[in-house]
Amino acid sequence: MSLEILTYSFMHRALISGIAIAILCSIIGLFLVLRRYSLFGDAIAHSSFGGIALGLLAGVYPLWTAYGISIASALIITKIKDRYNISGDASIAVLLSSGIAVGLVIIGLSGGFTIDIFSFLFGSILLVSVNDTILILSLTGGILIVILLLYRQILYSTFNEEQAKVSGIPVEKINYLIVFMAGLTVVTSIQLVGVLLISSLFVIPNVTAIMYGKGFKQTAIISISFSIFSVVIGILISYIFDITPAGTIVLLSIGLFAGTMGIKSTGLLSKH
Amino acid sequence: MLIVEIKNLTVQYPDVKALDDVSFGVNQGDFLGIIGPNGAGKSTLFDSMLGLNTKYEGTIKFFGEDIRKSKNYLKEIGYVPQKPIFEKNFPATVSDVVRMGLRNESDEKKIDEILQQLWIHELRKRRIGELSGGQLQRVFIAKALVNNPKILILDEPVTGIDQQSIELFYSILRELNSKQKITIIWSSHDLDAVNQLANHVACLNRTLFFHGESEKFFSNDELVKQYSEASMQEHMHHH
Ligand SMILES: Nc1ncnc2c1ncn2[C@@H]1O[C@H](COP(=O)(O)OP(=O)(O)OP(=O)(O)O)[C@@H](O)[C@H]1O
Ligand SMILES: [Mg+2]
Repeated sequence: MSLEILTYSFMHRALISGIAIAILCSIIGLFLVLRRYSLFGDAIAHSSFGGIALGLLAGVYPLWTAYGISIASALIITKIKDRYNISGDASIAVLLSSGIAVGLVIIGLSGGFTIDIFSFLFGSILLVSVNDTILILSLTGGILIVILLLYRQILYSTFNEEQAKVSGIPVEKINYLIVFMAGLTVVTSIQLVGVLLISSLFVIPNVTAIMYGKGFKQTAIISISFSIFSVVIGILISYIFDITPAGTIVLLSIGLFAGTMGIKSTGLLSKH
Repeated sequence: MLIVEIKNLTVQYPDVKALDDVSFGVNQGDFLGIIGPNGAGKSTLFDSMLGLNTKYEGTIKFFGEDIRKSKNYLKEIGYVPQKPIFEKNFPATVSDVVRMGLRNESDEKKIDEILQQLWIHELRKRRIGELSGGQLQRVFIAKALVNNPKILILDEPVTGIDQQSIELFYSILRELNSKQKITIIWSSHDLDAVNQLANHVACLNRTLFFHGESEKFFSNDELVKQYSEASMQEHMHHH
């Protein structure tokens, strides 16, 4: 293997965007997993499929319509869930299927599948443009700043909504904020692993990191490190062997998960 | 000085009237024990006082201000819930949980102080899900106290705490009230403990059938007997 691939500028863009997305998905995913909302990322991704189809049909850049549709439907479904007391998993199921249904109908109207739609389904990280990279970096920066500023409020309302409320934290607003940021994150990450594998980035590094039994910040750092490792190594391996990056990245993170379970069962990761 | 005033508080759930025309006040520095059988409405009373249940009739005032008008009073309150529900494998240590309660995030020293005071400093790096019932209770008291509240509201858990932890818990409450002058409102099933600790008693069973100094309650055998019978009956209904 040669290090030559590290000199290509498309590779630089892919790695930089990939690392930013890895950080973002880990941290947002950690809050979602702890809220028992693991599949929410998946649901938003599926509704973004509808948005992408709409963009392709209308001749608008598909990610813009995906942002609009995904965030709107995520916020609406959250509102409905709170209002009518529907459980989290049921509301996710509704969101998930309606996104795909809308997408399929629109694709049908526009005359069938095109190459474009596949790059959204499975990701196309090696094709990200300079503009995409800038967008990804600024969104990552923006979302991380918001999370740092509201860290205690977000963590506390994730831990226990009722107690957070009694401590004067505006829990409902925080919930909407998380849903909004999750929507932005999912659509941004579609370029890395595509619609179908998004939730793996949200969930797998986090369930792995949680097994290490540390405090919150350490858990977040472990999760981010695993995620960055899978993304970087996944992109490089997939390029060298000419396989799809999305699949490679997800398999690597599943490998880390399995390895952690193995270590845990041998008792090396013992409790105190 | 009267810092809590509850007037004609009524809470109607779809199936039951949980509270019926309850009125009482709490003075600064009081240690109020609220006793009542299961289902008496103690948690409902606390939920209403803390703004978690807004569907009530009547008025609740803290520091002279109606809680429907302003949520500022919450800053002065520490609350220990009856059932601290959280994800069993939540990746938070004891310090992390206490830190969540801390408003002024630069006040990191306060966390160690409060953990020491509650005898859980050596647990600070342990995951919250690994603790026993008694340890957990003290962690939640620590979280409630970390902002130096004026009023501490405790909805006492019914089960899962051994005798030794209960004694420690009681001595902590006594010290908080007598030394740190924190007003305490505490619901309990343990008549003897209320007799020993509280200087005021409220007997609640949907309606308030006694409120006053604890001496007056416990020196009146007739009242104590009435209360015990009423709560026994209530118990029979529930089983
Ligand atoms: N959210 C709710 N919706 C409907 N009914 C409720 C609700 N919460 C409590 N109740 C009912 O209101 C009554 C009072 O309940 P509450 O929890 O206030 O009693 P409690 O005194 O705290 O009991 P315990 O000692 O068991 O904790 C009970 O009959 C209960 O079933
Ligand atoms: Mg109760």
